[in-house]
Amino acid sequence: MKSLAELKKMREAALKKVEMREEGKDYRVVVGMATCGIAAGARPVLNRLVEETAEKDYNCVVTQTGCIGMCVYEPIVEVYGKDGSHTTYVHMTPEKAVKVLEQHIGKGEVVDEYTVDAAKREA
Amino acid sequence: MMEDLAMQMLELLMNSIQAGAENITLEITDSLRNDCIVMLLLDDGKGMSKELLERVSDPFTTTRKTRKVGLGVSFMKGLCESCDGSFAIESEEGKGTKVRSEVRKSHLDTPPLGDLGAMMMYAIQANEDINYTLSYRNDQNEFVFRSTEVRKELDGVSMLEPEILLWIKEYINQNIKALEEG
Ligand SMILES: Nc1ncnc2c1ncn2[C@@H]1O[C@H](COP(=O)(O)OP(=O)(O)OP(=O)(O)O)[C@@H](O)[C@H]1O
Ligand SMILES: [Mg+2]
Repeated sequence: MKSLAELKKMREAALKKVEMREEGKDYRVVVGMATCGIAAGARPVLNRLVEETAEKDYNCVVTQTGCIGMCVYEPIVEVYGKDGSHTTYVHMTPEKAVKVLEQHIGKGEVVDEYTVDAAKREA
Repeated sequence: MMEDLAMQMLELLMNSIQAGAENITLEITDSLRNDCIVMLLLDDGKGMSKELLERVSDPFTTTRKTRKVGLGVSFMKGLCESCDGSFAIESEEGKGTKVRSEVRKSHLDTPPLGDLGAMMMYAIQANEDINYTLSYRNDQNEFVFRSTEVRKELDGVSMLEPEILLWIKEYINQNIKALEEG
């Protein structure tokens, strides 16, 4: 059974990683998620993002926000870089989310085919 | 589509977060003896005016600018009423809001309680600076999660570290499960 005492160890492990990377994380990954987003499957996308980030130690934090108001594109994942860059990924699935982590967070390359611009071009 | 109760409560939590609350308390009473589940949410956010409060259960009431319908409150109200329960909001501008949702446990349409650990994890992911208190109580026992305690243990490390988020989710679910099993 988990107890609060375990957090001390987890804190130390987390601190070691933070030191390795000096000043904070390079990316913030934000999942748009309100009633409509949950219905459209934002929850599995968010879960997978957190699990993969924990497992592969990607250089990002994963957060969520209420609905962004672009329901037709849900589930939406936005990636903000420390350098001010901003990418909006649409119609996300857990599998696509894994690819965004690998390619965008891991290698710094935008996954063009999942972006809102690509979706608009297709429409 | 009928969501579980945890995800409906998340919608209410998101409202409290969007209302700028610093402290949010969610008390869940799951009573076999009284055949009910009561979910009491308290926040110290910006509250609602009398006028907004009167209209808030109408799906066409929203102060959001991105969409014309707000579903959080009207869904929960509808769910409670169709599960032989009740729904009530009290709110005062500048002070905060209290939302009480109740369902009959044995009603056929009452959804499962769902994943309360994930609910809390998602709330923290929406805003980690809020002081969250989640209490779950059945007829025998009570479990209380306080984000302030976690933050104190972490001493400067963010709750948004993915390992910590997953730990919080599991911590809550394990403790609630143990309590349910007696
Ligand atoms: N806890 C709260 N504190 C202050 N205002 C609230 C609170 N809960 C709801 N409201 C007000 O009631 C409105 C309706 O809420 P509701 O959850 O039904 O829809 P929404 O939040 O606007 O949209 P959605 O939940 O569908 O994304 C909100 O826009 C907000 O103005
Ligand atoms: Mg809402």
